Amino acid sequence: MKTYIAKRLGYMFITLFIVVSITFFLMQYLPGTPFTNPEKLSVEQLEVMNEKYGLNKPVAIQYLNYLCDLARGDLGISYQYEGRSVNEILGERIGPSVLIGSQALIFGAIVGLLLGIISALKHNSFLDYGSVTIAVLGMSIPSFVFAALLQYYVGVKLGWLPAALWEGYENTIMPSLALSVTVIATVARFIRTEMLEVLGQDYIVTARAKGLSEKAVVFKHIIRNAIIPVVTMLGPLAVAIMTGTLVIEKIFTVPGLGEQFTKSILVNDYSVIMGVTLMYSALFIAIVFIVDILYGLIDPRISIKGEV
Amino acid sequence: MSSLKQEVEDDLFVRAPLEEKVLEDFAEEPVTFWNEAWRRLKKNRGSLLGLITIIFLSLMALFGPVISNHSFDDQDLALSNLPPKIEGLGWLGFDGRDVNGKDQYEAREVTSNFWFGTDEFGRDLWTRVWKATQISLFIAIVAAVLDLIIGVVYGGISGFFGGRVDGFLQRIIEVLIGIPNLIVIILFILILEPGITSIILAMVITGWVGMARVVRGQILQLKGQEYVLAARTLGTSNVKIIWKHLLPNVMGAIIITLMFTIPTAIFFEAFLSFIGLGLQPPLASLGVLIEDGYKSMRFFSFKLLFPAIVISAVMISFNLLGDGLRDALDPKMRK
Repeated sequence: MKTYIAKRLGYMFITLFIVVSITFFLMQYLPGTPFTNPEKLSVEQLEVMNEKYGLNKPVAIQYLNYLCDLARGDLGISYQYEGRSVNEILGERIGPSVLIGSQALIFGAIVGLLLGIISALKHNSFLDYGSVTIAVLGMSIPSFVFAALLQYYVGVKLGWLPAALWEGYENTIMPSLALSVTVIATVARFIRTEMLEVLGQDYIVTARAKGLSEKAVVFKHIIRNAIIPVVTMLGPLAVAIMTGTLVIEKIFTVPGLGEQFTKSILVNDYSVIMGVTLMYSALFIAIVFIVDILYGLIDPRISIKGEV
Repeated sequence: MSSLKQEVEDDLFVRAPLEEKVLEDFAEEPVTFWNEAWRRLKKNRGSLLGLITIIFLSLMALFGPVISNHSFDDQDLALSNLPPKIEGLGWLGFDGRDVNGKDQYEAREVTSNFWFGTDEFGRDLWTRVWKATQISLFIAIVAAVLDLIIGVVYGGISGFFGGRVDGFLQRIIEVLIGIPNLIVIILFILILEPGITSIILAMVITGWVGMARVVRGQILQLKGQEYVLAARTLGTSNVKIIWKHLLPNVMGAIIITLMFTIPTAIFFEAFLSFIGLGLQPPLASLGVLIEDGYKSMRFFSFKLLFPAIVISAVMISFNLLGDGLRDALDPKMRK
């Protein structure tokens, strides 16, 4: 187990290093400059600006500087917001993203589990077809289309919830709901097939044969066994949510990481783009790692390679 | 080895006498794998519906822009923001009335009908929606086919040769899979500048990994099978083993993966357009139209609604068909 974790940590480090390098060098090829209206600046002014942001040094030096700063946890300063560090910007941006992301994940997982479990227990019934339909719709309809329609009908036409802005708790409901659609669909589909498979196992027949009540069979044997593999879905779900935040925060004007990212792209704020990219990548890599370890711990049938 | 091969002549073999009973077993026309799969697919109502919808949408994407008498980039400000109107379908909302219930066609004395209405430049939305479907489908299919080619070659080499080659190629994949592909796509689009080619390229850069993993897994499993061993013992060349024995058997998995790559590609393309990294006007993809429609949905909700319905229909039908194909081609792959 220890060697396995060490090996995985090594891979994580390499991957992150490659992400840093790719992002850094791709940034060099971006068309345009981070300064608005560079043609209006005089040569001296440009020189001063380049000096201030360290853009006049050779690329290799800039790269090494960036790596050194990064090792100290410093993501540099923003080109767009005068005198503000990327750490500061990301720090105040991460809260809303995490809030709506985790709300979406928890709500989506609960609803998805319920739908999937009901669907499998009432296999081939009206309820089953209903939740399968919901799952297919949820998988297929792009989250931003759903979010836009939600905003129009619930926010503007019915006026039940605020259509945008970030003022109170009720502002978090619609973005979280829009994000959770994919989660609901994925979890429901997954748990349904998982349950159907467990239902056909011999130990379920045994449990019934020894006279266990239906309730005990369902809760102790079926759901318990079916729910374990759902952990593996956490990785893809986290990715779906992160992807979703980019557009959904834009739609509902949530002051989160995704909204900052889309904004920074349009104004070439290199250091912020890099900061958000690294943050997303690190989060993604960490989640995949944790899921793999967790899975090995929860399910004793799975032995992790490297464990003796 | 070669001298041994020549000694085995055809006349050394004698046909085994065929027993009556065995003959009966062969009397029926043999069912091929694809016939069987098609039979199973037909039984699945959902995926049949998906298939029909895909055919319908593709036909509309090809012929929709032609049958409306308007071109997708003709601008006419006198015709801007007209609500949808179809003769005889007024009761469905295609009555040419705006949010205030005013008949814009009467008010502006427009005689020809715009089935899906017009945008702020007076361009016909019906034509634009189907033109956009055409472009979105084109991008998705080209990206999926490129993914397929790279993925099959990479995964095939990795799985077939195994050993050190496999180890090396898999290390690369392990690193690539750790990188969130959306971010790579966005960065590449930023560098390549938005356009059909750059969107396709950006999606392919990360997209082939999934296909490569599926193909590698399948090949690894298949190459240990007895019939491959038999072919090898009979001296069949590597190329022939891959082409005749392995590929046909991996085909099912490849088609299933392809069916799920297409909707993913459509989603990514629309997603990129929505955050402003998509195609440039006057070209339009479904994502671009949704973004345009979203901006003015308060007063002209039809602009958002039509492209939203079409993209959802495309995604749903591909997912349904993919599900059905998975069950039909490879029941073991069910997840």
